[in-house]
Amino acid sequence: MTITIEYYLILSAFMFFVGVAGVLTRRNAIIVFMSIELMLNSANLTLVAFSSYLGNSIGQLFVFFVMTVAAAEAAVGLAIIIAIFRNKLTVNIDEINILKW
Amino acid sequence: MNLDVILFFVFGIVAAVTAVIMITRSNAVISALFLVLNFAALAGLYLTLNAQFIAVTQIIVYAGAIMVLFLFVLMLLRPENEKKFLELNPKIKIFAMIVAFVVFAQLAYIIFFARPSQNISKDLAKSVEAGTIEAIGRELFTNYIVPFEAAGFLLLAATIGALVLAKKKFD
Repeated sequence: MTITIEYYLILSAFMFFVGVAGVLTRRNAIIVFMSIELMLNSANLTLVAFSSYLGNSIGQLFVFFVMTVAAAEAAVGLAIIIAIFRNKLTVNIDEINILKW
Repeated sequence: MNLDVILFFVFGIVAAVTAVIMITRSNAVISALFLVLNFAALAGLYLTLNAQFIAVTQIIVYAGAIMVLFLFVLMLLRPENEKKFLELNPKIKIFAMIVAFVVFAQLAYIIFFARPSQNISKDLAKSVEAGTIEAIGRELFTNYIVPFEAAGFLLLAATIGALVLAKKKFD
């Protein structure tokens, strides 16, 4: 038995599925952010798997860029959550509805 | 059984199980700790794919920097525990699971019917060569120098943005 690329792709798809379910069901804004990180990581796993099986390092280069963007997104997103918490004293996304009409 | 098969299943099962535990716990700190475990298992998977540099970066940047930031914010805000996953509004839960499952079914359909392993077989020497920091660094500082500078600028903008947003109340 050898590990073909499909094993990694199915694992990655499953992690993406869990991330989507987490974003849609959880009401705590910080856990929604963590589910987004999970989805970014499943995309990273796909990129690294293809990069390794094709013997081409560009895929791993893009994983590096994805990590940069994830770090920037986490910093700004958590700052926004802190600013909202100061005003409304909650991080429940059902109660943060100032942009809804 | 080869060692790479055993390692794939150990790390893969740990990654899948910790992901599921992460979205089902009501305490946010426990979710964050399971996400750290998930990132560590992913780093192990990257090592089985011969991607040494990305595995180390995964531990340092994700499990180190980003998750420490999340835990700091969780401890600053001490958000009230949510209702348990199973006690949620059932309509929202069913809708969310249907949407998520449709996404998974599409991806699985594509993977099973396209069968990328028919065209791709692993060349071990090339795969090891691609994962070294030399190969990645050579691409990063020659062909991809403009995206690299843009990423640096993005980090600067994010730092300033986070400072401005978290500093004071909006008036």
